[in-house]
Amino acid sequence: MTLIQMTATELKAAIEQGQTSCVEITRAYLDEIGRVDARVNAYLWKGGQSALDAAQAVDERRTRGQDVGLLAGLPVAIKDLLCTRGLRTTCASRMLAEFVPPYDATVVQRIAQADGVLLGKTNLDEFAMGGSTENSAFGVTRNPWDLDRVAGGSSGGAAACVAASTAPLSIGTDTGGSIRQPAAFCGVSGLKPTYGRVSRYGLVAFASSLDQIGPLGWSVADLALLLEAIAGHDAADATSADVPVPAYTRTVNESLKGLKLGVPREHFDDGLDPAVAKLVQAAIDVYRQQGAEIREISLPHSRYAIAAYYIIAPSEASSNLARYDGAHYGYRTDEVKMMEEWESERKALEKAGDDAGLNALDSPLVRMYRRSRAEGFGAEVKRRIMLGTYALSAGYYDAYYLKALKVRRLIRDDYDRAFQEVDFIVGPVTPSPAFAVGAMIDDPLSLYLQDLFTVSANLAGIASLAIPCGLTEQGLPVGLQLQAPPFQEERLLRAGHMYQVETDWHRQRPQLP
Amino acid sequence: MSLTREEVERVALLARLELSPDEIERMTSQLSKILDHVEQLGQLDTTDVQAMAHAIEMSNVFAEDQLRAGLSRDDALSNAPKRDEECYRVPAVLGE
Amino acid sequence: MSAPPYQIIIGLEVHVQLATQTKLFCRCSTQFGAPPNTQTCPVCTGLPGALPVMNRHAYELALVTARALNCEIPRYTKWDRKQYYYPDLPKGYQISQYDLPMSQHGYLEISDPQDRFEPKRVRVLRAHLEEDAGKSMHDEVAGRADSRIDLNRTGTPLLEIVSEPDMRSPLEAKAYLTELKLLLTYLGVSDCNMQEGSLRVDANVNLWLDVDGERVATPIVEIKNMNSFRAVERALTYEAERQFDVWEETGQRLGDVPKQTRGWDDNACVTKAQRSKEESSDYRYFPDPDLVPVMVTDDQLAVAESQLGELPAALRSRLQREYEVSAYDADVLVNQGRAVVDYFVEAARVSRDPKKASNWIQRDVLRALNESGTNIEDFGVCARNLGELIEQINDGQIPGSRGVEVFHQMREARSTLAEAMETLGITGVDSGELIALCQELLAKNPRVVSDVLNGKEAAVGSLIGQAKKSNPNVDPALVRQTCLDLIRQQST
Ligand SMILES: [Mg+2]
Ligand SMILES: [Zn+2]
Repeated sequence: MTLIQMTATELKAAIEQGQTSCVEITRAYLDEIGRVDARVNAYLWKGGQSALDAAQAVDERRTRGQDVGLLAGLPVAIKDLLCTRGLRTTCASRMLAEFVPPYDATVVQRIAQADGVLLGKTNLDEFAMGGSTENSAFGVTRNPWDLDRVAGGSSGGAAACVAASTAPLSIGTDTGGSIRQPAAFCGVSGLKPTYGRVSRYGLVAFASSLDQIGPLGWSVADLALLLEAIAGHDAADATSADVPVPAYTRTVNESLKGLKLGVPREHFDDGLDPAVAKLVQAAIDVYRQQGAEIREISLPHSRYAIAAYYIIAPSEASSNLARYDGAHYGYRTDEVKMMEEWESERKALEKAGDDAGLNALDSPLVRMYRRSRAEGFGAEVKRRIMLGTYALSAGYYDAYYLKALKVRRLIRDDYDRAFQEVDFIVGPVTPSPAFAVGAMIDDPLSLYLQDLFTVSANLAGIASLAIPCGLTEQGLPVGLQLQAPPFQEERLLRAGHMYQVETDWHRQRPQLP
Repeated sequence: MSLTREEVERVALLARLELSPDEIERMTSQLSKILDHVEQLGQLDTTDVQAMAHAIEMSNVFAEDQLRAGLSRDDALSNAPKRDEECYRVPAVLGE
Repeated sequence: MSAPPYQIIIGLEVHVQLATQTKLFCRCSTQFGAPPNTQTCPVCTGLPGALPVMNRHAYELALVTARALNCEIPRYTKWDRKQYYYPDLPKGYQISQYDLPMSQHGYLEISDPQDRFEPKRVRVLRAHLEEDAGKSMHDEVAGRADSRIDLNRTGTPLLEIVSEPDMRSPLEAKAYLTELKLLLTYLGVSDCNMQEGSLRVDANVNLWLDVDGERVATPIVEIKNMNSFRAVERALTYEAERQFDVWEETGQRLGDVPKQTRGWDDNACVTKAQRSKEESSDYRYFPDPDLVPVMVTDDQLAVAESQLGELPAALRSRLQREYEVSAYDADVLVNQGRAVVDYFVEAARVSRDPKKASNWIQRDVLRALNESGTNIEDFGVCARNLGELIEQINDGQIPGSRGVEVFHQMREARSTLAEAMETLGITGVDSGELIALCQELLAKNPRVVSDVLNGKEAAVGSLIGQAKKSNPNVDPALVRQTCLDLIRQQST
């Protein structure tokens, strides 16, 4: 087995046993990036020499017998939605194409403290808005299993780099399924932790009450490793929970006895692709064979989740993205051209004696804002800003935003009730496998409906895991979703690992010639 | 319910977006479709339901009132599209 | 002057900067006057990914203030985003409080020692915490003017105190502001420096008119840009007359036209309409998802309660009750601030003569402070020394006529009473010495004795000059009294 075919957990063991070094591993990944990433386009920025230098530093410390952190010098790819000091952080937006943060996100700091090596920054849907990484200002990320298909999104680059063996570990973010859906499309494992489990400080906000950072990797054990490094309370994030972080890596191998799994009947209705249904049922059978009790449950409000989500998320987004106005950082329209245009419009209106027109003419400042934002944002981002602005505007707040918040409570209550009966909820991650690039580009609503099984976990704030559970006849990965009550990542990872002990879907890798 | 062009224009100003006539057209129909889907929330009786603005039930998170070093001026202004020695520069706020 | 044919209705919105070291949601300094853009961080410049964390001290100061304003403190409060675009607001929203403010339904009592209006309670609708914006400076130098933006101030903690429209004259409005400022200074929650923007006032004004026995209200106007209490008074006076003229001209009533904002021009002494964008303000408030709510604890309330101390209103009545000073005197002393009251209390204790202590302070101390522009804490005559001076005058150790001289000597030389007396050559005249002197004078002037016995007490006056000649330290009043006493004793 070559280095890039090993899981992160295996690489860590190999380093510790002196069979390889961080530099060797980092070089192997950089080589593979060089070989395949032009086709996959998972990376917006590649570490190169800086990654090798960081790896070298860890190797030297180990040689000197000094302590080395949990990540042991393993390379980690980071979604380009997390701020990196002195390193461009674009959010895949033209708006931030040249933005260089003067600070590091907490997760970036923690990875560095745990001796992870920053391998590169990965592609995404602009500002994490989308489910296909087609909405990137810097090109589509392709699915390594079928380059004509999407990698999913918004953490498309984060999932594709693992699937393409161009990173052993990667950091994604999940607002409505943005880790789990691309993990499922790309046949890798991904975890959306409980809201508050991982600090959001330095994560460029899409929808602040839904966003959560999480790990992606081949195996659940790899997720345990990366989660342990990044989780825990952060005083810089007021929504970060002060809840102790268990040593996930120590217990992930321990199987759970007397498991009770709930299967929501709402997740297996007409909308589900039969190929996906079959593989998910087979996965549930694996648990049954391990002695788990399987119960049908109901999440009666889950059918309203998309509607609630597509009010709450855009509302928060419209506010979070107000700061990109060309005033203090980011893209600003060409002012000279803008002013020339403005002057000639004004003169024309004056000449025509059009007072109403003059009154309606935006001031240069307002025009600077509007044009900078028009040119800096892509279509999907604009759509969501418009939707959110509308939902919060006078006269519509109660009917849309407030109503959605109430339905959100009902969705959470469904979960609380269900978790009284069962330990975890199992089902599909997505209604169907990865779709073709371009297939949904003009139909936002259909694309939104793809998030049916994932958004509820974000609305409710619970933990949710996606693991690969098979390939369709066309050779496309399918994901199994396991959802757990808040802060039960430790048990959730153990449950996921139990499945991977019995199966080897997480070891299947696409062949990229 | 259907959104009108005028409403889309009003919202675009609120959101500080400049939309071309084409974009307004497209936006009007796409947003209308999405809002039609959202209408189904109206089926639920939520009279006694408490709104849930946060995913986590937390309260009383404070930081102590102790100075910490921030950004140097050069760092603060380093991403400014237009600046001078001391300040960010923007088109006049006072208008004409 | 005849009463105007209308009533002025005034409500005030006051923004007060709370006295914290650091900003409301980040730990940057709030120090005034630093060079532009040197007190910022990712949070207050609104950089992508940065998150706010509430300043505990700011919240506590707000809580104390709210209690001092007799506000209810709801158990639950939260933070909302108020959204609008302005280049001194880098996030595109201000973190403020909307439907569930941290305090509401309080009041502040105002009165006028000169009785120009009846004492009244001005109701406080709400007081809430919010962050300040930065500063936009208009730059005329560059050919086509840019605005220059300084974000040092961005995120500074403000308490917005909104009154009900309970004030009926510019004088009442000024009294409200003066009393509010006094309260805030007593609490130590703000330095209330208007020049540095620590206290800012906006006013909502309209008129009530009597039209054929029916009350008619004119449209409400908001006035901004008033940078002193004096300016507030003048702006309100001007605005009332202006609104009356508009009413006579147009007959516009409340609701006929949208609320107007006008700015006060202190040089021209007029209010001017401010350019308003056609777009109506739609702030799209919603709960800030980055901040969690506050559930006020009993402990927090108890701490706030314990920090209230004695507030101006209570202090005024205590001074009247315990020291028997007049309402007017109590008002003057209390309005000078806590330090002057402390000074008075100590001077009154040492002298055992509160009335005189109060007079000395009002007449001599405050004038001297005014002239020299110093604080009472740095004043050359400490309260104890003033108390001793009064005591010794009362005891006849110092002639009343030389008291002011001694006072200024202590003040200039920062000396003790004894040192000052020595410098001025004043030594106490004991009563034996005084009686001997008076007996001697009476013996030499039998005419004076007989005049007094015939009811012409004023005749004693002629002895005072002679007494001072033989001993400059004698107190004229005591000489007079001693002579009269001796004459009466002789006659019985
Ligand atoms: Mg305010
Ligand atoms: Zn700051």
